Amino acid sequence: MIWQIELVLLVMVTVCGISALAVKDLLSAAILFGAYSFMMCLLWAIMGAVDVAFTEASVGAGVTTVLFVAAVFRTTRRTEN
Amino acid sequence: MRGMGIIVILFLGTLLIYCSFDFPIWGDPQSPAGSHVSSYYIEHTLEDTSVPNIVTSVLADYRGYDTMFETVVIFTAGISCILLLRTFKPIEPQTKLYRHISTGITLRIERGGKVPENTKEFERIDAGWIPYDLIVKTTCRLIIPFVQIFALYVIAHGHHSPGGGFQGGVIFGASVILFAISFDLRTAIRRMGERLAGFLCALGVFIYAGTGALCMFYDANYLDYSALSHILGVDPVSARSHGILVVEIGVAIAVMAVMVVLYYNLASAGKQDEGL
Amino acid sequence: MDAVLTVLISRINYWAYILLMMIGLYGVLIKKNYMKKIIGMNILQTAVILFYISIGAKKQATIPIIDHGHTLVHTTVQAARFINPLPHVLMLTAIVVAVATLGVALAIAIKIHQQYGTLEEDEILRRFDKDL
Repeated sequence: MIWQIELVLLVMVTVCGISALAVKDLLSAAILFGAYSFMMCLLWAIMGAVDVAFTEASVGAGVTTVLFVAAVFRTTRRTEN
Repeated sequence: MRGMGIIVILFLGTLLIYCSFDFPIWGDPQSPAGSHVSSYYIEHTLEDTSVPNIVTSVLADYRGYDTMFETVVIFTAGISCILLLRTFKPIEPQTKLYRHISTGITLRIERGGKVPENTKEFERIDAGWIPYDLIVKTTCRLIIPFVQIFALYVIAHGHHSPGGGFQGGVIFGASVILFAISFDLRTAIRRMGERLAGFLCALGVFIYAGTGALCMFYDANYLDYSALSHILGVDPVSARSHGILVVEIGVAIAVMAVMVVLYYNLASAGKQDEGL
Repeated sequence: MDAVLTVLISRINYWAYILLMMIGLYGVLIKKNYMKKIIGMNILQTAVILFYISIGAKKQATIPIIDHGHTLVHTTVQAARFINPLPHVLMLTAIVVAVATLGVALAIAIKIHQQYGTLEEDEILRRFDKDL
């Protein structure tokens, strides 16, 4: 509920989100997406939603990143866009 | 096409910003979202279900129907991943790589060649050329049992601390994925096979729906856990608490098996012989 | 003028969430690679979840777990002391559905790559038109 921490986290979340869509290397996009998920988890923990933050930490920063890296491994890693 | 997309996004953003003037101010105690039903849930959860974690009691008891269909959704996702990707015709790969463990020499066997039979001295490695790493294997072998104990702790303490069935199930599934990454996909499939994972998916949904149907045998509504007091021999309030625990175990089993199935099929693109 | 300015400043957190949603929507609509589209879809989903969680927050209220709950069975619990738990419950289901759709979307992307050899949308459309 402390608005200073929330402001910093919101800025970092936006930066992570924009850069996950902008980089040309898909493996970096997957890792940046994992960082985005983790920043979201911190934001929800600050807002008091501890159950949701726990779920997002285990799902987003854990399983989702691994599934993305596995899918990038099986397809191409480089993209033009 | 790109311009149309940007126009759509700007229009939608402006519309949402225009609607945001009607939203409640941040942190308002009198906001309409928190005034009607949720105050009933907060005030009555201890005397109805004796579970201190309000989110768990609402998720598994007051809104148990939603959670049952959420379990069905994740079960459907596992099934559809199998149906999309899994190929059952075993095509022999063009080259297989084998490593001699004591010297580190790698052999490359083309299709149709003679494969080394002695598995103590030769091990098969993936085409991605993974170096033999003793530190990673030993560390992961030490960590995995503790991760699993922590997952079981999270499931069992969902009543008193943040956690519950879904979170514990995901952590358990992540431990199996860690085993598959640090060792080998084939070793993980030998330990926890595809049939077992598929069976566990269905078992989790069956536990959840079966508990609801069991409550109907005692003349109560579907998923009304106070009817379980006839079997367990406790008062209805504690029976609701135990019913929540049984249902969370069902959710955890289903979610764990689906995470494992998703990883097995995505990492090997359906063939399940070579992974990450 | 002052009243307009106060109304504007008090709603600025919602504008941040709307900005995140629009970033996700930009990823889905405008990016040409299928992996980027999937990432954009997930950014949109988590931004919507963030919006709902922010509605449930209350000033000077604590997390929705009743402390010493197993001993104090018969004391009254005031609803204003705890954060609204209902959006949390709904968003737990939303996160589960997001993971499920991510798994299926990645499976479809791998299948498309096996069929067409690439994940760029204009390349696939060109080969699709050529096949037809």
